[in-house]
Amino acid sequence: MDNNISEDRKKYLAKRKKQKIAIIITQITILVGFIVIWELLARFNIIDGFLTSQPSRVLNTIMDLSSNNLLMHLFVTCFETVIGFLLGTIAGTIIACILWWSPFCCKVAEPYLVILNSLPKVALGPIIIVWVGAGMPAIITMALAISLIVTILEMLNGFLRTDKNKIKMAETFNATKLQIFTKIVFPSNISTLINALKVNIGLSLVGVISGEFLVSKAGLGYLIVYGGQVFKFDLVMTSVIILALMAWAMYKCVVLLEKGILKFIMHNS
Amino acid sequence: MNSTLSLKNISKVYQDINSEILAIKDFSYNFKKGEFISIVGPSGCGKSTLLSIISGLEAPTSGSVYIDNQDITGKITNIGYMLQKDYLLEWRNILQNVCFGLEIKNMLNEKTKNYAINLLKTYGLGEFIDKYPAQLSGGMKQRVALIRTLATNPDILLLDEAFSALDYQTRLSVTNDVYQIIKNENITAIMVTHDIPESISMSDKIIVLTQRPAVIKSVHDIKFNIKNRTPLSCREDPNFSKYFDTIWRELN
Repeated sequence: MDNNISEDRKKYLAKRKKQKIAIIITQITILVGFIVIWELLARFNIIDGFLTSQPSRVLNTIMDLSSNNLLMHLFVTCFETVIGFLLGTIAGTIIACILWWSPFCCKVAEPYLVILNSLPKVALGPIIIVWVGAGMPAIITMALAISLIVTILEMLNGFLRTDKNKIKMAETFNATKLQIFTKIVFPSNISTLINALKVNIGLSLVGVISGEFLVSKAGLGYLIVYGGQVFKFDLVMTSVIILALMAWAMYKCVVLLEKGILKFIMHNS
Repeated sequence: MNSTLSLKNISKVYQDINSEILAIKDFSYNFKKGEFISIVGPSGCGKSTLLSIISGLEAPTSGSVYIDNQDITGKITNIGYMLQKDYLLEWRNILQNVCFGLEIKNMLNEKTKNYAINLLKTYGLGEFIDKYPAQLSGGMKQRVALIRTLATNPDILLLDEAFSALDYQTRLSVTNDVYQIIKNENITAIMVTHDIPESISMSDKIIVLTQRPAVIKSVHDIKFNIKNRTPLSCREDPNFSKYFDTIWRELN
């Protein structure tokens, strides 16, 4: 094809391609093997299909969407997660901005943030239910509680670690504090923000599911608890699998968002 | 674009939780227009503090700074400041970086932007206008940083170890370029450095400071009988090593 490519380079590229294909094939084999073995073990009664469920039953449950209202439950969990995620990220970033702005507030807040950060937020569940009421508000508050403190700490650390000399450079042009923030500190921390987004989407999901365990009447977390209580393990397994797929899809959305943000910044700084 | 700068009885005391440090003691000097002056001294003697005070980034504990007889003590005025590294913003392209100072000072318009573009073109960076800092060499980035400062039309240019982060080879050629730019634009420049040859090669005058608290130990006129003197050409002059010896002895 290309005469400029040497034999060695061709070999090297071919080797890399081969390795990549081998990885993908192995990954697929493991997944398919797992499903097949699970199905066979259950079918030949080596494991109890009632307790472990089995792929064909999961498939049936998914097909049977209307009777279980799976789509509605999926939508509820998804909605709660996205709202919790957005609130946690936005509020956390705003609070971090304020703490950066006022070193006094920052020092005052520090011990509280450290304690709140190490407190398992799930322990607040019963309090949240009493305060905000059972149902969706409590679940969203739970998701918010889990992601908020982490966001504040992450963003604040990023802001405080901004290269002092870049700030000094701006000061030599007599920059105001607002200019330093909008033109140096914030743009320097786009990668911090993106990392916070990636962590928060997972944390919000943890908050939502544990919230749903406690109070809800809908959502995948509710389905899992309900399924467990009435011994419908097909439903539990199906919900867990769908939850995993949803978490993966949400993470991918954040990665897409990341690319969008980076592109936007490169063209509009 | 050209002003006289004078320092009158500048002292600076730093406070911290353990102690009180007198960095500069009763420093007075008149800088002439268009001159290139270097300040050398033992490390930690307060050279950089002096620049910070001139620039207005820090206020002196006592004493005053005047430009054209106007008291500017502790105020950031139209003084350009070059730091040890370029500190270009990696998310901005070269033109956006060069316009940064103008933007901060709310001076960015068609005219000043074109002026900045012309500076880039004049000093050999015209084709890099829409490149990003990561695509430029260290020497080029330092020149971009200088142009970022020059774009705001400073009265006085301060250089704080501005070349120390560059490797030797690049440093020689960048000092040459920067010297040409400063002389072409006829700017008063004050440079702080620990590199004696660098200070001799660029300066009209060298001020030697003592250990902390810094006071002036001696002032040396640097003159070479070379037409169109450049930092590189005067390094070959026989007087160069003579100046070096004198200042070296002063510092020890």
